[in-house]
Amino acid sequence: MAKDAPPRWDRRMQQRLTRGEAAALGELYDRFAALVHSQAHRMLDDEDAADQVTREVFGYVWENPGVYDPRHGSMRSWVARLTHRLSVQRLRREQGEAGAPDADGRAEELEHRVLRATAAARADYIVASMPAPLRAALELAYVQRRDYRQTAADLGVTGDEARRRLRLGLQLLSTANYGPSADSAPPGYGPTP
Amino acid sequence: MSGGRDGDGRDGEKPVERRIPGPRAAADDQERLPPARPVKPPAPPAPPLPHKVLTSLLGAWALAACSAEETAAVEEHLTSCAPCADEALRLRDAVGLLHTDGTLDLDPMLRSRVLEGCLGRRPARIPVPSWAAPYDAETARLDALLRDIGDAEWHAPVRLKWFEDDRQAHRRTTVAGVIGHLMAVDGLVSRALDLDDPLGKGGSHLPPTPTGRTERYWSAALRPPTRAVREPWRDQSHTLVRTVSFAGRGIAERSVPYGDFDLPLQDSLLERAFECWVHGGDIADAVDYPYEPPAAAHLHRMIDLAVRLLPATLAGRRRAGLAAPARDLVTAGSPGRSLHLEVEGRGGGDWYIALDSPAALGSPAHTVAQVALDGVEFCRLVAGHVPPAEAAAGQQGDREAIRDVLFAAASLSRL
Repeated sequence: MAKDAPPRWDRRMQQRLTRGEAAALGELYDRFAALVHSQAHRMLDDEDAADQVTREVFGYVWENPGVYDPRHGSMRSWVARLTHRLSVQRLRREQGEAGAPDADGRAEELEHRVLRATAAARADYIVASMPAPLRAALELAYVQRRDYRQTAADLGVTGDEARRRLRLGLQLLSTANYGPSADSAPPGYGPTP
Repeated sequence: MSGGRDGDGRDGEKPVERRIPGPRAAADDQERLPPARPVKPPAPPAPPLPHKVLTSLLGAWALAACSAEETAAVEEHLTSCAPCADEALRLRDAVGLLHTDGTLDLDPMLRSRVLEGCLGRRPARIPVPSWAAPYDAETARLDALLRDIGDAEWHAPVRLKWFEDDRQAHRRTTVAGVIGHLMAVDGLVSRALDLDDPLGKGGSHLPPTPTGRTERYWSAALRPPTRAVREPWRDQSHTLVRTVSFAGRGIAERSVPYGDFDLPLQDSLLERAFECWVHGGDIADAVDYPYEPPAAAHLHRMIDLAVRLLPATLAGRRRAGLAAPARDLVTAGSPGRSLHLEVEGRGGGDWYIALDSPAALGSPAHTVAQVALDGVEFCRLVAGHVPPAEAAAGQQGDREAIRDVLFAAASLSRL
């Protein structure tokens, strides 16, 4: 959706899910499926596994809508947190099943992988949630490889403003690398890409 | 240790001897190399950029998006300013988190699998009626396509095609214009359910025809429609699905007026699902995206609706002199002369279409002609996207009956 999810939407969705309304489940999917799937894919780097986690996330929300507490943030960030948790569980489970001759080394490797994947997934979340003008500036400079003066011209803003947006965008993004822990919530909530 | 001023240069007075590697190249590894530092010393030293400006350049520097002079000035500055050097490192690492592979397209069929899985774990207390499922699925599928297209693509030209007066008709609009069209016609269903009309109060003064409403919507817009139309269109389709879920059994037969004819709500939403798929395909063609046919069960229902509409359509064309006269009228409810429509592939099946009267029953025993074609091809015929003369793969029997049925199928299409 092109606008921030208002808390009112979150509470109303929770009520509708609680009351067992299938249409609400469809709307929930329409709003969050792209987020859930891309976050799971970023964590697991596997299409089937991401599909599976997507099913688990929506299954969990549908069965336990009461667990969501609107006072602790948006439904969007709750869903992102669930996706992260279920993806990490899946990674650990796969690791466990693989059996380990060098258990310590592999556990360490797994933790590295979890941290890396978490930072990448959190970065995606931040990019998707940041104000559109910042995202547009980053896309021009990074994807289109425009310099900041060209970026400014494309966006119809001053060079100063383009510099400000690029710096601010990267500052937001850099918090993905310095999150408090692998299990913490991605910050904020905002628009879906 | 006193850490006094007699130290070895860590006191912050002298330049911090710390070199930060240059910024990453953008996007891929085809480096736009960081500009080489000028070898000859610039004769008159340029006035140094103020600290504030250098700081503001850090983001652009990390993205390799400033000029050679600015890059040099920033890197010079980083050797002497610890806070900026810290930030520069952090921002450059952040660039490493960006990627160009975009978001993956979500498999459109995942939605039904996920929802089914959920409903298997906890059955809905308020289910979506099965006859509304195709509309729910098709609107979701089109919405997912719309989410993935860029601002400019909303203005991509779309050529709408249909069959009118037994000839191909066309109309040019844009992607956003198509969504406006879908929204205006879905509004017929909203009105029948006493919901808000997307055309506002003015909608009640209009002839309730799909074309009239669409023309009104298009002409009332001061500017060409933009992607802003997506949200009201989506809100309306969500509202329709929610409303019919709560409405109880009787609602399925509620009459939806289309001007020249009425459809019961359950058929009307099926017709809207069909239109949504067809126009989703038009949009996908315009922006060069793949777009699959609906799920087999939904496609089957859509074909069935078109087939059920055919006998009355044939009768109407006969009255207008566009189809051959009835040959063999039977009493109402008895089997009459029939055409066997054999639809192959996804959503397929066998249908027997009564030729001489809507009151007669289609019957295998009274088959005088047979037409075989693919399910998607049949839908393209009904949508007016292929001329009737080119539609059927296999034909047998009464040529006049076949021609009349194929033309009647094409005449179901409209703007």
